[in-house]
Amino acid sequence: MRRQLVPALVVFLFFTLLVGVVYPLAVTGVARIAFPSKSQGSLVRRGGVVVGSRLIGQTFGGPRYFQSRPSAAGTGYDGAASGASNLGPSSPVLLADVRTRIAAYRRLNGLAASTPVPVDAVTASGSGLDSEISPANARLQAPRVARARGVPLTQVLALVRENTHGRSLGFLGEPGVNVLELNLALDSP
Amino acid sequence: MSWQNWAQIGVLIGLIGVSAPLLGAYLARVFGGGAAPGDRIFGPLERLCYRAAGIDEHGEQTWRVYAGSLLIFSGISVAAVYLLMRLQGSLPFNPSHAVSAGPALAFNTAVSFVTNTNWQNYAGETGASHLTQMAGLAVQNFLSAAVGIAVAIALVRGLTRRKSDTIGNFWVDLVRTTVRVLLPIAIVLAIVLASQGAIQNLHGFTDAHTVAGATQSIPGGQVASQEAIKELGTNGGGFYNANSAHPFENPTALTNLLEIWALLLIPFSLAFAFGRLVGNRRQGWAIFAAMFFLWIGSVGVATHYEVAGNPRVQAIGAVGSNMEGKEVRFGAPASALFAVSTTDTSTGAVDSAHDSFTPLGGGALLANMMLGEVSPGGTGSGLYGMLVFAILTVFIAGLMVGRTPEYLGKKVQALEMKLIVLYLLAVPLVILGLAGASVVLPGPRSALLNHGSHGLTEMVYAFTSSANNNGSAFAGIGANTTWFNTTLAIAMLAGRFLLMILVLALAGALARKQTVPESAGTFPTATPLFAGLLVAVVVVVVLLTYAPVLALGPILEHLSL
Repeated sequence: MRRQLVPALVVFLFFTLLVGVVYPLAVTGVARIAFPSKSQGSLVRRGGVVVGSRLIGQTFGGPRYFQSRPSAAGTGYDGAASGASNLGPSSPVLLADVRTRIAAYRRLNGLAASTPVPVDAVTASGSGLDSEISPANARLQAPRVARARGVPLTQVLALVRENTHGRSLGFLGEPGVNVLELNLALDSP
Repeated sequence: MSWQNWAQIGVLIGLIGVSAPLLGAYLARVFGGGAAPGDRIFGPLERLCYRAAGIDEHGEQTWRVYAGSLLIFSGISVAAVYLLMRLQGSLPFNPSHAVSAGPALAFNTAVSFVTNTNWQNYAGETGASHLTQMAGLAVQNFLSAAVGIAVAIALVRGLTRRKSDTIGNFWVDLVRTTVRVLLPIAIVLAIVLASQGAIQNLHGFTDAHTVAGATQSIPGGQVASQEAIKELGTNGGGFYNANSAHPFENPTALTNLLEIWALLLIPFSLAFAFGRLVGNRRQGWAIFAAMFFLWIGSVGVATHYEVAGNPRVQAIGAVGSNMEGKEVRFGAPASALFAVSTTDTSTGAVDSAHDSFTPLGGGALLANMMLGEVSPGGTGSGLYGMLVFAILTVFIAGLMVGRTPEYLGKKVQALEMKLIVLYLLAVPLVILGLAGASVVLPGPRSALLNHGSHGLTEMVYAFTSSANNNGSAFAGIGANTTWFNTTLAIAMLAGRFLLMILVLALAGALARKQTVPESAGTFPTATPLFAGLLVAVVVVVVLLTYAPVLALGPILEHLSL
């Protein structure tokens, strides 16, 4: 067995160098040149200040902004603590949470108690950092945002449409609205 | 389900249908012993490694020496990752200021990545330094995948060689797999992922000043390069805690599909490589068909229940699919497709929270792993697992007609069947024993987030995932304790190396045999009938073993919803 020890060590070191150092650094170099913004995290700047990443959701306060989904990352959208609630489908905690969120969503948006709520608005995502909401969720929030900002609903709905992306390649995944980009568009004069 | 959701599955099947036979043909050349494409490019790099390590490229090993090389190599790997985790706080290249891990967590993580499991009891953002991620975890993502493929190829050699004492050379199989298969595909995939928004940089957290006036830490890291091999090598260890649900690991529905394709690619390809290596491509198609049938069946079950949604949540006024733990950009269909594929292979990457799946959607994921990772299974482990089932199938068919069973001309006799029975019993014993103990003991039981039947599923899922080297979790379980770090590591080691030793012993036993000529009484194994029988045997063996716990876990929870 000792005869196998030397090849084992050398092969291990060889590959640590090749796939543990050369490979990731080479990909880093290529990505930096070819995708300068994406490789750094698709950061969004406003007035030179980084306000977030277009891929990472964040919490927005107040009725003037479209609200992101509930988040289980830290105390909410904690970029250093991604994660899900992991509550099971029959969990009493989950059902209580969803009930509370449905009530809060209807209250915030002035909806009748019988209005069905889009499920993404009252459930936490897998990453806790979901940057998107469903188009149906955005459309339900739009009248409230328009009222709070004193702008015509049609203008807000137009911005929602502009910031809605379809499925990738037209058939992959689901359509969504990027909440950060939408809110920044609302803020921009 | 919209037509787009159906098209998503259809296009994935199309991608697999085109790419797996092509890669299978390439793999057969790489391991066939003759000249292979790319010799001029890869040859010099390989010879450099052989010369430095003093490896005789043409030297052959008995199964015992092959297994010995594998174990020594894996032992060194465990030690290296363990040391990196223990010392990362004091080592350079740690811009996110990860602290050093304690002994139990470091051991669990080292075992987890070396066994191709990638169960994670740490959170990537703060629990692993960039140095550990690159020089430790990424390296094992390559090497553990290559080790699995090496064992599968050794078993195929056992089936094809006659009166031979040797089954190949572990070092050559390891080096050729990494250099000629994993690295080239990973480079291309990493760059494609980066083009879609998967990050790739060397820095730590960037502080963002959010619209609401708070500070948000946006992480950095070598994510695209890690993500590519994590899927391709059926590893599954996320750079971040949220794994492939994290927008930096899996930014779009397109990357989601590519990641699913990447994790299915090599396991399915190996079925075709097998057919070519044994000189009868129809044998490969039979194995592929059985793998494919089990996979697509599970896709159907999980997709149906996830799209249908959680009736309790719907009853209180939230309309739509089951979106707890799922990302808007994927939705329920793409999440279910990913979840089934990651549990049917031994990948364990997750793009959604499996713990929050519907009872039968999540139950399908658990059952996928209970199959023993053969549909199509892990890189290498899927093929050797399915070949073990194939030999069991001819044995059972032989019992029915009263003839000595044979597979590919090799008589299946007492020694082979002993090894196969050990192979099939070892993992269920580990899972049910350790999960049973953990449910009974009050300390471990308190690690559960969910209770009742879902809690039982959460516990059984942890050990099933570890012992089958999957690595996905019903992640509500708080498993970063000394008990779980240790018992889960034992499960991972048994499910990996005990089975590999048995498979290599089987390869050695088969290689020594003479081949018997096919006769009128030979049960043909390259037919749809055989593929169907193989599926039935896999399912029956699993049901006989796990039916009680499946009834008390997912099925009971489903009935109570």
